[in-house]
Amino acid sequence: MDLIIEGIVKAFQLLASLDPEVLGIAWLSLKVSGLATLVSLVIGISVGTMVALTSFPGKKILVSLVNTGMGLPPVVVGLFVSILLWRNGPLGFLELLYTPGAIIIAQSVIATPIVMGITIAAMQNLPANLRLQILALGATRFQLVWMLVKEARLPLMAGVMAGFGGVISEVGASIMVGGNVRGYTRVLTTATVMETGRGNFDVAIALSLILLLFCFVINYVLTHIQQRERPR
Amino acid sequence: MKQPHSMLDLKDLKVDRGGVRILDIPSFSLYEKEFVSLIGPNGAGKSTLLLSIMGLLKLASGSVWYRGKEIQSDASRLHMRRKIAMVLQEPMLFDSTVYENVASGLKIRGVGRAEIRSRVMTYLERFNLADMAGRSARKLSGGEARRVSLARAFAVEPEMIFFDEPFANLDAPTRQSLTDDMDKIIREKGIAAILVTHDQSEALRLSNRVVVLNGGAVVQDGTPAAVMNSPVNEFVANFVGMETILEGVVLSNVEQQMAVLVGGHEIDAIGSGLPGNAVYCCIRPENVTVSIANPAHKTSARNVYPARIVEIASMGPFLRLKLDCGFPLTSYVTRESFAALALSQGCAVYASFKATSVHPIGKRTG
Amino acid sequence: MNHLQRFFFVLLSCFLLSAVSVPCGWSAQAQQKALILATTTSTQDSGLLDVLVPIFEKQTGYFVKTISVGSGQAMKMGEKGEADVLLVHSPESEKAFVSQGFGFNRKLVMHNDFILLGPANDPAKIRGAKSAAEAFKRIAQTGALFLSRGDNSGTHAKEKGLWKAAGIAPDGQRWYHQTGLGMGETLNVAAEKRGYLLADRGTYLALDKKRRLGLEILVAGEPKLLNIYHVIEVSPAKWPKVNSAGAKAFSDFMVSGKTQEIISHFGTKEFGSPLFFPDAGKKPESLGL
Repeated sequence: MDLIIEGIVKAFQLLASLDPEVLGIAWLSLKVSGLATLVSLVIGISVGTMVALTSFPGKKILVSLVNTGMGLPPVVVGLFVSILLWRNGPLGFLELLYTPGAIIIAQSVIATPIVMGITIAAMQNLPANLRLQILALGATRFQLVWMLVKEARLPLMAGVMAGFGGVISEVGASIMVGGNVRGYTRVLTTATVMETGRGNFDVAIALSLILLLFCFVINYVLTHIQQRERPR
Repeated sequence: MKQPHSMLDLKDLKVDRGGVRILDIPSFSLYEKEFVSLIGPNGAGKSTLLLSIMGLLKLASGSVWYRGKEIQSDASRLHMRRKIAMVLQEPMLFDSTVYENVASGLKIRGVGRAEIRSRVMTYLERFNLADMAGRSARKLSGGEARRVSLARAFAVEPEMIFFDEPFANLDAPTRQSLTDDMDKIIREKGIAAILVTHDQSEALRLSNRVVVLNGGAVVQDGTPAAVMNSPVNEFVANFVGMETILEGVVLSNVEQQMAVLVGGHEIDAIGSGLPGNAVYCCIRPENVTVSIANPAHKTSARNVYPARIVEIASMGPFLRLKLDCGFPLTSYVTRESFAALALSQGCAVYASFKATSVHPIGKRTG
Repeated sequence: MNHLQRFFFVLLSCFLLSAVSVPCGWSAQAQQKALILATTTSTQDSGLLDVLVPIFEKQTGYFVKTISVGSGQAMKMGEKGEADVLLVHSPESEKAFVSQGFGFNRKLVMHNDFILLGPANDPAKIRGAKSAAEAFKRIAQTGALFLSRGDNSGTHAKEKGLWKAAGIAPDGQRWYHQTGLGMGETLNVAAEKRGYLLADRGTYLALDKKRRLGLEILVAGEPKLLNIYHVIEVSPAKWPKVNSAGAKAFSDFMVSGKTQEIISHFGTKEFGSPLFFPDAGKKPESLGL
């Protein structure tokens, strides 16, 4: 028990003193996961909207695949991405292994199905006649998609937040493809694991508190979004 | 009479769904400044017709012509669509402010900010929404949401406007005031309109043309009076509220004055049926007068029968009486008359109606 | 735009801006040749590399990616050509690694020693045992709780060697627990459960300073308990993509006079004695192996 209290006290001291290494790790986490979320946003919303609004053979299978992808274990993604990025692997020439880029790629793979799945559900939940009304107002196909996405912006935002929340707190992929290199690919989760292993509970707790803070902020925003009423 | 320009023409329009033909219109035209009421039972194809004109449904065959030019390309369809406003059954507002909603049609058309502002404010005022411009569309009552959807439709200043039962779930006073507001603008701007409605008094009040649709086909197309008083078949008759429809056989016809044998009685009617023809005699209940004393010599009505009141039902400001004259007859009387005549169930009365009120329809043989 | 939308717009812009900055950082690093150093958790955890690597990078301009896994995994990485240079402490496996042609230029760098730790009350009575093997026998006989790393690390290899020397097969015995974790974590587990374990002195000292573990050094000092570190360059013959120039530079750096000097002082301030003893150039026999 003293250990935990000691750890928490030291953690606050670390945070209060704005320890540059800790802040650097937090900032890198935000950047890497933020970029991965951005990628997943672009791919997830565009492809998801397309899938939701059109019909084509095999649509059900595709949607099932996306939904399965939402639950992909990050460590499995990390394993496969690292196999691809190994120097002597198929994409080795890119020299991406043990770089932040590799983490971004792996986290994008984790987040994209989440964003895409939620986008598909959100777009399909729009009232059926809304599409007719928008077209009746004289919208072009592009304007139609834009207006539908705007209408579904709340659940879509929730999807993006869910994607971000999923990747900023994952450790399996980050360790495998990032290598936890100090000041380069060390993010909140990988650093926490390492510091715990070393017995540096104060640092580990400090990092955990920052991560918890990020998760709380995400959740708060999500809740705020979900509590709004529906349009008539 | 000079033929006015047709805004829309439908030629040989056919629409299928699930292998069934749900709409089959050999020809239909909408003229400038016309106000058409489109009536018919559920599933008759009324919404389908509107959506087909807008190009929002795939056609099995046929064509849509706008101002004499056939709509063939996506560009021309979009161009025509932007001249038409459509109001659906649900308000279908967007998740933004009232102002944004009303402006949406204009934004789509790429209208400039200043012009949008002036038009939106104009139509917000016309529909009493000016003080709600900044309110979120999510926080509107049913009536307010409906007004916003109307303002949105009119703001684009369309040449034609289609309404698909937009006032269905509103209370009578709201419905009345909204239709009046809407009517005023339509007449002012000379917009051609098609209104799908179940409310026949509305159709009568607002339109100068009534089209009856059934089973995907136009059954009757004419002035409100023509449709209401001269239904072309018993379906239309039933639909427009001809409460009394009697089967009979034409006995004689001299210069359009017919005698029809109905239930053992002779009825005088005006029409062109030949002796021996089977006909339906349709009589509107408003045209059947009920009296206590025999009015035979006091009225010009040719048809006077002793009758018994079989059933009394309340119809708001008046009462519907079902009478037995040897054949069934329905009459409407005001509550005052009912009270004044001290009528009651089982009462013996005289029912009278003019020959001109009897509308014979040729009965389908076979 | 309402407040929420504005907030997100600002947030998105910030990310987009930093998105531009991250790739700019990478290409700079890519131009600087990267060197993948596979090493053990104990080297990393001691903090020695945190001191040496920046000096090396400044001197040579290489960007070193220190991947700390166990010695076993480090050598597997070398076998696959996924690392350029190894700094490991598992002599038997290292010799096999080199003889199989995966690595060359195996140079002695430094050593520290392993110690046998246990609870103060020492239920197996191993305190002062003449050899580690003797101590292990006593632990097995009394069935006292023993924590093993069980992760094919250098420490685990040394431990397995000692069990073999004692003629005992501990796998599967009730009292023999394999954590599969790093040294620090295994020390924590042993402290919590009051069990025996084999640890390298460096990690023990560092951890014990931060948090009183409650374990005591019971057996130490035998030549068999020496923990010897070698640096090995991965062979470019099998894997041409290996950064052999960088590997050579690192290898030379580790045995250079200046570096060896730094190693000899490392930890003295904090712990009173150095954590590692520099051995570059010495003959292995001189260490009593």
